[in-house]
Amino acid sequence: MILAVAIKQVPNLTDDLEISADGTGLDYDALTYVLNEFDEQALEEAVLVKEAAGGSVTVVGIDTTGELDGALHTALAKGADRAMKVTGDFDRDLGSEGQAQLLAEAIRPLAADLLLTGVQAADDRDGQIGPRLAALLGWPYVGVVTHVTPEPGCVRVHKEYAGGLLAEFVVTLPAVIGVQASHQPPRYAPVSKIRQIAKTAQIESVAGQGTPASSSSVRRMFKPEAAGQAEMWAGEPEEVAGKIATLLTAKGLLKL
Amino acid sequence: MSNDILILAEHLNGKLADITNEMAGQARQLAGALGGQAVAVLLGSGAQALAESIGSDRVLYIDDPALAEFNPEAYARVLAAVVAQRQPRVVMLANSSVGMDLAAGLAVTTGLPLIAYVNALSAEDGRIVATSQIYGGKILAEAVPAGEACLVTCLAGAFRPEAGRAAAAVERIASPAPLDGLKVQFVRLIEPEAGDVDITQQALLVSIGRGIGGAENIELAQELAEALGTVVSASRPVTDAGWLPKTRQVGKSGLTVKPKVYLAFGISGAPEHLEGMRGAELIVAVNTDPKAPIFDVAHYGATCDILDLLPALTERVKSDT
Amino acid sequence: MAVGLDKVKPEAITEERQLIVDGMDISGHWNRMFEQRVIWDYDTSQLDRVTDLPGGESLAWCYGCAKCTGVCPVDIVGDYSPRKIHRKTQMGIDLFESPDLWLCTTCRNCLRVCPKEVDMIQIMPAVREQAVLAGSVPAELQKAFEDTAKHGNPLGQPQRKRADWIKKAGAPVPVLKDVKRPVDLLWYVGSYPSYHPRGIDAAAAAARIFHALGVDYGILGIEEKDDGDSQRLAGEKGLFEMLAEANIAAFEKYTWNRMVVTGPHEFNAFKNEYPKLGFVRPIVHYTRLLVEYLDRLRPMLTKPLNLKVTFHDPCYLGRHNGEYDAPRQLLRAIPGVELVEMGRCRENGYCCGGGGGGMWLDSFTKAHTTMRLSERRVREAVEYGADVLAVCCPFEVSRFEDAAKSTGHDRLIVRDILELLDQALEGQP
Ligand SMILES: Cc1cc2nc3c(=O)[nH]c(=O)nc-3n(C[C@H](O)[C@H](O)[C@H](O)COP(=O)(O)OP(=O)(O)OC[C@H]3O[C@@H](n4cnc5c(N)ncnc54)[C@H](O)[C@@H]3O)c2cc1C
Ligand code: SF4
Ligand code: SF4
Repeated sequence: MILAVAIKQVPNLTDDLEISADGTGLDYDALTYVLNEFDEQALEEAVLVKEAAGGSVTVVGIDTTGELDGALHTALAKGADRAMKVTGDFDRDLGSEGQAQLLAEAIRPLAADLLLTGVQAADDRDGQIGPRLAALLGWPYVGVVTHVTPEPGCVRVHKEYAGGLLAEFVVTLPAVIGVQASHQPPRYAPVSKIRQIAKTAQIESVAGQGTPASSSSVRRMFKPEAAGQAEMWAGEPEEVAGKIATLLTAKGLLKL
Repeated sequence: MSNDILILAEHLNGKLADITNEMAGQARQLAGALGGQAVAVLLGSGAQALAESIGSDRVLYIDDPALAEFNPEAYARVLAAVVAQRQPRVVMLANSSVGMDLAAGLAVTTGLPLIAYVNALSAEDGRIVATSQIYGGKILAEAVPAGEACLVTCLAGAFRPEAGRAAAAVERIASPAPLDGLKVQFVRLIEPEAGDVDITQQALLVSIGRGIGGAENIELAQELAEALGTVVSASRPVTDAGWLPKTRQVGKSGLTVKPKVYLAFGISGAPEHLEGMRGAELIVAVNTDPKAPIFDVAHYGATCDILDLLPALTERVKSDT
Repeated sequence: MAVGLDKVKPEAITEERQLIVDGMDISGHWNRMFEQRVIWDYDTSQLDRVTDLPGGESLAWCYGCAKCTGVCPVDIVGDYSPRKIHRKTQMGIDLFESPDLWLCTTCRNCLRVCPKEVDMIQIMPAVREQAVLAGSVPAELQKAFEDTAKHGNPLGQPQRKRADWIKKAGAPVPVLKDVKRPVDLLWYVGSYPSYHPRGIDAAAAAARIFHALGVDYGILGIEEKDDGDSQRLAGEKGLFEMLAEANIAAFEKYTWNRMVVTGPHEFNAFKNEYPKLGFVRPIVHYTRLLVEYLDRLRPMLTKPLNLKVTFHDPCYLGRHNGEYDAPRQLLRAIPGVELVEMGRCRENGYCCGGGGGGMWLDSFTKAHTTMRLSERRVREAVEYGADVLAVCCPFEVSRFEDAAKSTGHDRLIVRDILELLDQALEGQP
């Protein structure tokens, strides 16, 4: 089975995020980047499928940061066979809309049977990449998947709903699957191995055609009111209980 | 183009998801401002009663045996056809397991802009403005679509459901798109295994620390968790003492959790514990010591005795639901 | 007379196969080894897998004298020692997959007594490296590796906040990037003193003491990264090398005479491991540095503490690097401190359990031992009547404070020597 995995880097959320001077984006130069955690799961599921059914895994990403090589080397150390990056003069905040267009062009020639990607990312302001890719490629899509089992000509997947309820689907290939969690925790890539691969591995480079425009724009970016120190509730346990109940209701966690 | 707001009604196992009426309420407000109607679209089979329980202005109920269960491919076909026919200003979907499968694909097939993770939606001088909660809730982004119309996926709990309670006129139609030759086949629903508790998968956690005092009080927390439909997690001393299994431990040497709400009861907030729960969207801490470091990371706090609070909250939850 | 005894002929020195006295066989035959036991009785392939690794060779040298078992800190709370590892491996147990692989804290007490120089400090990292490469790492440890790789510290805190602690120092802390001149001392602060609240307390105390003494120093601030040595001992050699390269580059950017280090693990790394990568410079642990300043420091220590203090020797300062006296000299210099020694001290000091990756194997170790090493140690401190357990390793404050709570000895105070000195310093509240 020819597997492809679409990955992207997202800002490291343990850092403080700062708003840019013009107030419509982040201060991108001050950011450090990590691989989208759901893409890590997608990669693991792809490697598990390869281990079960044979074949190869190609990892593809758009190099918006100039630092994608590190993520690709890690992917190779975890069991991917090929690594590709789409290069060009891209904005750091190139959205899912633009990334999906570039990725679709890069993925089409691979003649993949199955494309896995993270179900979402922390910066998907304009929606998830997976369903966009599926629509562009004309393939079916199922997301929020926690288990992929390869079968001849198709994959059997478990999709998760709220409360842990699962639905099983059979999806004809080629298809795109949005992975929520791999069925085993992502393996660790020892730095020794990554460093060794970084010395020898070939990363295939594809020039991205143009800079895709976005059909929506951010006019203001801001931080929610600072947390930092808790707002204290005074009063008797009954009153505090009432406040907690109100909060849970507002969060949609208490069904009236 | 119309000024209607289309809502994709969401239902599972014969129950309407709460978010549907949350969106319906917001859609009516927005439609009112734009001079259109809030139209819910419900896809299903034999689901007339569900359609009638939606609080939008109108409900379009598309009945087809192929729509008996959620199928992303079938839903995508039907929705694309409905959007093409009705030309709404805004299509609202839930940012849920269902909505996330559809919205971005629909954006490609309809050519409409999509704004995701939306927790606020309004019209300013006839233009749609949507606020996305991104970067794990650390940043809000106010965005405008390039054209007049757009798609949005909405976060659960962002809008008030009360406004969406009035029943609407239901128009029942056949599927506007062919539903044969689907490449995605629904097989079955699988209920979560009982007893197999995974605290990392919960949207809400009742978490207790050494402040619980002893094994005999664990029940107070269990009762609350049960009433809330979730489970109890804990700091290390509680699992160390064997009051709860090790699989419930949050922290450096336990599990890392990121629920929507983390209720920290009688937990001091040692760095090793914080490491495992700092990523929660909202943290509420109750601890008799007002100087406990947990209050540095919590959003809300109270200093009452958890042995009083736990039963009071359980009582409250039971009477509310 | 018992049946058969008449057959014994001393001049012939024969031995009866069976000798029954009052119905009991006293010949000892059943209990005697008549043939030499030979190693070929075993399939040694598991042992060979270990001894074939560079660094793993010495496990084969064990001759089973059991001196190590008597001193291994893990054996006191479990079932462990090089002898036991050797024997189990010889019997065919796969060390690469066994929980035993992760229990050794590389405390070096066994090597101190072993006549055959069976060296767990070499064996463990060698075998663990293979396990890490094969992907079998306990989850907690894997998380610490990932955090260190991503953030430059095992606590998973942002690199950009590594110097934020200086706001709490209560004394100016020069950062080399800003001072723009050569300094006498480069102070390597370390990850726990930079991020852990109790580590920050010690770092802040050090900053105030250095300031009071007029020490000419600077820190690297956000250019500093974890030393990586404990990760190396836990099997992640590549991570160690990556961090070491980054640290060495940062060290060499500035001009300084000597490096002072807060933690014994880091001290050991820079003194004994970084030289293998070409970095050879004078390194001093803070306790030795302050002893050099003792003539000036002593008169400033004017506030008596009136406490019974016991001291825990860090394995990586004591056994690994032979420094036992400096910490004690500092404690004795504090007015009012009565220093009591615990039974396990100096060369035979107990281990806190944090070394060799133990810091990130808390639940794992707990599951395979009867109590945490830190809990055992805290009990010992209490047995000796101490008010204060003094330490000088940043891993230990959090471990012992937590252990004091979990064993119900909340009144035992755990302090870094830096904190005690700071408290005794004139002008401190
Ligand atoms: C290497 C290492 C790894 C560790 N890993 C973990 C880990 O994974 N997870 C973890 O949790 N800890 C971990 N710890 C332990 C950690 O350091 C703390 O000791 C622990 O988190 C404290 O748990 P606690 O907050 O429940 O207890 P305490 O710190 O004792 O706090 C109890 C709190 O309850 C409050 N309280 C008491 N009675 C009441 C009452 N009736 N009503 C309201 N409040 C009350 C008290 O004011 C106090 O703040 C680790 C420690 C080490 C050294
Ligand atoms: S001290 Fe050395 S030789 Fe003796 S049993 Fe231990 S490892 Fe073997
Ligand atoms: S190094 Fe320490 S912990 Fe490891 S086997 Fe030797 S004595 Fe035991």
